[in-house]
Amino acid sequence: MTIVSRFRPTRGRNVELLLVVAATAIALLAYINVGAATHGEVPSSLLVLGGGFLGIALVFHLVLRWRASYADPILLPIATLLNGLGLVMIHRLDLAHGRTIASGMAVRQLLWSAIAVALAVAAIIIIRDHRVLRRYTFTAGLLGFVLLVLPLVPGIGKETNGSRIWIGLGPFTFQPGEVAKIILAVFFAGYFVQTRDALSVAGRRILGLTLPRGRDLGPIMVAWMASVGVLVLERDLGSSLLFFGLFVAMLYVATERTSWIVIGLSLFAAGAYTAYLMFSHVQTRVLLWLDTFSPDALKASDQLAKGLMGMAAGGMVGTGLGRGRPDITYFAESDFIVPSFGEELGMVGLFALLILYVLVVERGLRTAIGARDGFGKLLAAGLAFSVALQCFVVGGGVTRVIPLTGLTMPFLSQGGSSLLANWVIVAILLRISDHARRPLPDPGPSAIGGAETQVVRL
Amino acid sequence: MNAPIRRMSTVVAFLFATLLISTTWIQFGEAKSLNARDDNRRTLLATYARERGQILVGDTAIAVSKPVDSEFKYLRTYPSGALYADLTGYYSFYGAGGGLESTENPLLSGSSDKLFYRRVSDLFTGRRPQGASLLLTINAKAQEAASSALGDQRGAAVALNPKTGEILALVTKPTYDPNPLASHDLNAVDTAYKTLNADPARPMVNRAIAGNLYPPGSTFKVITAAAALSSGKWTPSSQVPGPAVLTLPQTTVGLPNSGGRSCGANDQVTVQDALRMSCNTAFGWLGLQLGGDALREQAVKFGFGDQVSIPMKVTPSSVPAQLNPPQTAQSAVGQYDVRVTPMQMAMVAAGIANKGVVMEPYLVRSVLASDLSTVETASPTVHSTAVTPEVAAQLTAMMESVVTDGTGTAAQMSGVQVAGKTGTAQHAPGAAPHAWFISFAPANDPTVAVAVVVEEGGNAGDQASGGRTAAPIAKAIMQAVLQ
Repeated sequence: MTIVSRFRPTRGRNVELLLVVAATAIALLAYINVGAATHGEVPSSLLVLGGGFLGIALVFHLVLRWRASYADPILLPIATLLNGLGLVMIHRLDLAHGRTIASGMAVRQLLWSAIAVALAVAAIIIIRDHRVLRRYTFTAGLLGFVLLVLPLVPGIGKETNGSRIWIGLGPFTFQPGEVAKIILAVFFAGYFVQTRDALSVAGRRILGLTLPRGRDLGPIMVAWMASVGVLVLERDLGSSLLFFGLFVAMLYVATERTSWIVIGLSLFAAGAYTAYLMFSHVQTRVLLWLDTFSPDALKASDQLAKGLMGMAAGGMVGTGLGRGRPDITYFAESDFIVPSFGEELGMVGLFALLILYVLVVERGLRTAIGARDGFGKLLAAGLAFSVALQCFVVGGGVTRVIPLTGLTMPFLSQGGSSLLANWVIVAILLRISDHARRPLPDPGPSAIGGAETQVVRL
Repeated sequence: MNAPIRRMSTVVAFLFATLLISTTWIQFGEAKSLNARDDNRRTLLATYARERGQILVGDTAIAVSKPVDSEFKYLRTYPSGALYADLTGYYSFYGAGGGLESTENPLLSGSSDKLFYRRVSDLFTGRRPQGASLLLTINAKAQEAASSALGDQRGAAVALNPKTGEILALVTKPTYDPNPLASHDLNAVDTAYKTLNADPARPMVNRAIAGNLYPPGSTFKVITAAAALSSGKWTPSSQVPGPAVLTLPQTTVGLPNSGGRSCGANDQVTVQDALRMSCNTAFGWLGLQLGGDALREQAVKFGFGDQVSIPMKVTPSSVPAQLNPPQTAQSAVGQYDVRVTPMQMAMVAAGIANKGVVMEPYLVRSVLASDLSTVETASPTVHSTAVTPEVAAQLTAMMESVVTDGTGTAAQMSGVQVAGKTGTAQHAPGAAPHAWFISFAPANDPTVAVAVVVEEGGNAGDQASGGRTAAPIAKAIMQAVLQ
C-alpha cells in the first residue's frame, strides 16, 4: 500500500521578480559600460530608459502573478535579459555609426520590445488555456502556408541581401517567416495529435526501421516540398532548414518513430544537394562557408570573414562593450549580432549567452514533459526546439558550422518581427508551463491516506 | 511522448555544444592567425589607435603621432619632411618600413617586452598604453649641413663620433617625404608609393648603409697604408716605387697614375707622400708586396664583412677573396671588386681617429617611456681594433698632410687641423667617377669622422674628383659638428 502525498510545486513568482530585477540590472550595467567606453560618462538617459525597461518587464511579471501564477519562473527573466542586452548592442552600434538616439535603431527596437511584450501579455490574458489553440489547427495550417509564400507575392515581397523573406507594407517591413514558425507549430501539434496513431503504428519493418505506409508519407512530402520551395524561391536556407527541422522534430515526438527522422534528413539532404547543383546562389553560400578566406569567396562577400575577424579580435574575454569595432561587419546588429557580442564580450560572454538560450530551450522541453495533454506537449516541444534550431542556424552560420543564412538570433537581433515572434513563443510556453505545473484540483483527503501511519517516533 | 522529448533535449545539447566548440575554435584556437591577417581592419585600427612613441632629435620630434578626429585616432607625421626620412622610415597602412619605424616598431608601438612592467601598470591604472620614444644620437645641425651640402646630387654622407660610435648625421640623396606614405587616405598612399617606386633614381634606397655598394676608390689607400705600416716593413718615410705606370704581372695592362706622371724623383716616393698625392702606382706596388690576404685582413679589422645594425641593417662591405696579382694591385687602390658602404668608410675614418679602435655605430641614444623616464640608454661598445695606436698616429699625420698640401685641401678649416683622404672611383666605362672623401677633425682630438660619396661626379660630372666635389661637403658637416 502506498501513500500518495501531494506535492505542491513552488510557484516561484518571487524568484522570478528577483531575477527580472537582476536581468534589468545587468542590461543597465551593460548600457553604462557602453556610455563609459564611448563618452567616458554614465548616460544621462539611464534612469528613464532603465525605469521604462524595468516597468515593461514588471508588468509582464504582474500579469503572470494574476493569470498564470504557476508559470515557469525562469523564462521571463532570461527573455528580459536577452532583449535588454540586444538593445544595448544595437544602441552601441548606433553610436558607432554616428546615429543619434532619435534616429537610431535602438529606439525602434525598444518600441518593438514594448509592442512585443504587450502582445505577449495579451496572449497570456486572452488565451486562458493553450488547448483552445487546437481548435484552429487547420486555420493555422492555411495561415502558416500563406505567410510562408507571402514574400513571393509580387508587390509585397522584397528581396534583401539575396534572400526573399521580407514583405513591405507601406513604411513597415516584416519577416512573415518568424510568425509562420509559431503558427505552423500550432498546426503541426494539432495535426499530429490527431494522426499520430496512424503515423506511428502502421507500416512494415525493413532493416530494423519501421517504414510508414505510402499514403502516410503525404504530409512529410508536402512539408518537404514547401521547405525546398522556400530554399529555391526565397533563397533562404535558414528558414527552409528551420521549417523542415521543426516539422520532422514534431513528427518524431508525436510518433516516436526514428524512421521519420531518417526519411526527413534524407529528403532534406537530397533537396539541398539538388539545389546546390542547380543554383549559383546556393553554390556561392557553400563556397563562403567552406573557403571563407579564398579570393573568390572574399570577392563574393567578406561579411563572414569580417565577422570571424571580429570574434578573433575579441578573443577569450572580449574588448569590452563599446571598445571593439563590431560596426566593421555589415549587419552587425541583426544577422551578425552574435559576432558583435563575441567581439566585445569575448568567448566567455558568448558562452554565457548561449547558456541562456540552452536554459530557455530546456525549460521549454521541461514544460513539454510536464504538460498533461498531447497537444501541449507537442506545441511546447516544437516551440522550444524551434528556438534551439534557430540559434544553431544563426550561430552555426556565423561560426562556419553550416552555410550562412539570413535568420535572426532570438531576442538579440535587431528586427521587430523576430522580437514579436519570440515574445509570443515565451508567452505560449509560459501558458503551457502554468498548466503543467498547476496542481490538479485536490480530490480531498481520503480516510486512509490521510491517517497517521507512523506508530513509533524515533 | 516523453521519451522522444528527452532525446530531443540531447539533440539540443549537441547543437549548442557544437556552437561552443566552433566559438572556441575561432576565438581561442584561430584568433591569433585571424588577427595577424593582412586584411584585418580591426588589427590595423587597433595599432593606429595606440599613441605611437615619438622619434626625437634633441628636443625636436621628427616623427610624432598627432591626434586626429577620425576612426584612426592618430596620424603619424614627420614635421621635418624629407630631412630625416631615411632614419625614421615611414608608418603606413602597408606596414612600417625604411628605418626606425620598422626596426624599432615593438618599442614605438609599445608592444616590446622591455615595456612589460609599464604595460602591466597601465592595465591597473586604466591608462591607454603608449609607445616608447626614441632619442637619437643625431646632431641636427650636422644633419642639416650634410643635406644642404649634398644638395640635389645623388650620394650619401655619414658622420660619426669616433669615440663613441654615435651617428651624428646620416644623409642619402635623393630621398622622399614620408608624410604622404603615412596618410590615412589610401589613394594618396598608393599614388605616393607608385611614384617613388617608379623613380629611376630610387629615392627610397638608403645609399648610406645599403643599396648598390660603391667602389671606394683611393679612400681605400688608407686601409692599404694601414696594412703596410702594421706589417712593420714600412714607415711613413719609407721609399717605395711610384712610376707613372705600374707594370703588373700576368697582364699587359698596367696600373697608371691618374695624372699620368710619376710620383717622385727617380720614380721613388715616400709612403706619406704617396698618400698625400694619392699615388696609384705606389699603393699598387704596396698591395702586391702585401698580398690580397693581408689587404683583406686589414679591411676586416675595420669592419668589412661584418653584420652591423644601427639598428637598421648595414650591408657588409667586401674585399674579394683569392685575388690574383693584378686584381690585388687594383684592389689596393680601391678598384676591381672592392665594394663599400659610406657607413663602412666612416667607420674606417673613425677607427683611425679613435687611436685604432673602431666603435660600433648606433643611432638611438636612449629609449624614453611615455612619462619621459628612461627605459634604456645605449652604451658605446667596441666593434674591433683595426690598428695599433702608433700606426693610427702615423696614419693621422699622413691624412693631415692630404688636407694641408695634398689632394684634399678643400677640406681645410681655419683653426682646426683636419685629417682626410680623397677618392675618385671609376665604376663603369664612360661614366663620371664617384667622388669620395673621408675625414676627421680636430686631428689631435677628433670629435667627428665623416664619409661622403657623390655618385657619378654629381653636378661636376666628368670633372669631378674627391677633393673638388666631396671634400667641401665633408668640411661643411665637420664644421657644423665643431661649432
